Amino acid sequence: MKVLRIGSGAGYSGDRIEPAVELAEKGELDYLVFECLAERTIALAQQSRLADSEAGFDPLLEERMRRILPYVVSSRGGRRLRVITNMGAANPVAAARLVRRIAAELGGALKVAAVTGDDVLALVAPDSLLDNQQTLAQMGDRVISANAYLGIEGIVQALQADADVIITGRVADPSLFVAPQVFEFGWAVDNWPVIGQATLVGHLLECAGQITGGYFADPGFKDVEGLARLGFPIAEVGSDGSVVITKVAGSGGCVTPATCTEQLLYEVHDPAAYLTPDVTADFSGARFDLLEADRVAVSGASGSAKPSSLKVSVGYLDGWIGEGQISYGGPGALARAKLAREIVLERLRLVGVECEDLRADLMGVDSLHGAGIGARGPEPWEVRLRVAARCALKGDALKIGNEVETLYTNGPAGGGGAVKSVRQVVAVASLLVDRAQVLARVHLEDR
Amino acid sequence: MATVKLRTLAHSRTGDKGDTSNISVIAYRPDDFTLLQEQLTAERVQDYFAELLPAGAQVKRYELPHLGALNFILPGALKGGVTRSLAVDAHGKCLGAALLDIAIEAAGTPH
Repeated sequence: MKVLRIGSGAGYSGDRIEPAVELAEKGELDYLVFECLAERTIALAQQSRLADSEAGFDPLLEERMRRILPYVVSSRGGRRLRVITNMGAANPVAAARLVRRIAAELGGALKVAAVTGDDVLALVAPDSLLDNQQTLAQMGDRVISANAYLGIEGIVQALQADADVIITGRVADPSLFVAPQVFEFGWAVDNWPVIGQATLVGHLLECAGQITGGYFADPGFKDVEGLARLGFPIAEVGSDGSVVITKVAGSGGCVTPATCTEQLLYEVHDPAAYLTPDVTADFSGARFDLLEADRVAVSGASGSAKPSSLKVSVGYLDGWIGEGQISYGGPGALARAKLAREIVLERLRLVGVECEDLRADLMGVDSLHGAGIGARGPEPWEVRLRVAARCALKGDALKIGNEVETLYTNGPAGGGGAVKSVRQVVAVASLLVDRAQVLARVHLEDR
Repeated sequence: MATVKLRTLAHSRTGDKGDTSNISVIAYRPDDFTLLQEQLTAERVQDYFAELLPAGAQVKRYELPHLGALNFILPGALKGGVTRSLAVDAHGKCLGAALLDIAIEAAGTPH
């Protein structure tokens, strides 16, 4: 039986790089996949691209490729390693050119493919209603980007064209992992139960260390060894659809049915209907069986027909967030922080700052779970006031942090460590488009 | 009957999609799943997080008995979602840990 080995080299854009290098070196992989594109990352990347036509892809692309491509180049002749990633963000073609150049510097003539077609800003109708209850037309020139979540099609085409490295923009995260399975095993793309199981593999791997013991440890309840040298996951997929999740021997972390179950439900709503561009996946029957240490067999996922529409993420400018923080400590810290909060809120009214939304939290008391749940703990030794507001105008947003900072000389005794910041808000809303409107295209950099 | 914290019976991970938070609760021991199923209802979780939920929001619960797992969906819990929220933890990733403090009536001696 043919067994495909797929590794996950990143769970998000800024993730650790050494675990991916470890996978490339010791994982005996056929594919190394990097999922690096969060919801609004592509809108931010689109802004970069507007400023520079050769920009707009993941800032860590170059460093990752310089570390990983030597293994791709040297794998020619042995077990061939290929790379699939959505690090192309808003500019996969420029990213592919850079990767091709890096490979040449490393002495390899790699075939690099860019998958495009996700940018649908020119295709979506102005009267399209988003889930924020506004139309594109109403949002006007605040709209930055509109990208459809593509499925496996473009990546499979690029694999058929023999690409060594495939760079995409917006593609559904699991599809990055489903594509090589479909390509290698020749599975029919409408064999829904099989595509559902392949999608489960992608879903389990897409957050990298989150299935190998990362984001899991709770000392005394769930202990995990070696988180500073956490190993990233490998899926061994058999041509019969069998799946084992494991990691490089000797790396930190652990793979257990418990780590797998947490990741199974991560960012999932109805486990029986997980929608992707490729399938309506059914994870409700998924099972995890421990075979031996750090080897878990995965079975039981299924699926039904893919949705007729594709999700489109629209990035748009949504004002400014201003923020300020200051700490109080020692006896009476909570009372002084509460007084500080009252002062800032009154000042914002007196000064006439226009806010669309405003909140003032006491970090250490009520900032994470609200005052009701937060009140159950004992009184803290130190409290940090944090005031944040979203304002239409930058000038108003600036005043939020200023009114916290002026607590130094105008507020309660003993405030310290004040900081302030302002940032422009790039928000994301979504809509659905008929999938027939969206066509993935493959661009090859091979000369 | 003994009262124990959910934390002694189950573990949890929280995810976000748009404005909605999902919190999984997974029993350490398969035998404890029935307790969770009976006592950790969608209504109870909704009451627990009432302060964080918008008016009219309904918490929904999915059950995966063979994994000893429950999955709670909290619509509107993220104040507009990670891209717009003013919260310190805009993803709401810390919510599951709060739920583990809820009390469960367990038969016999606590584990």
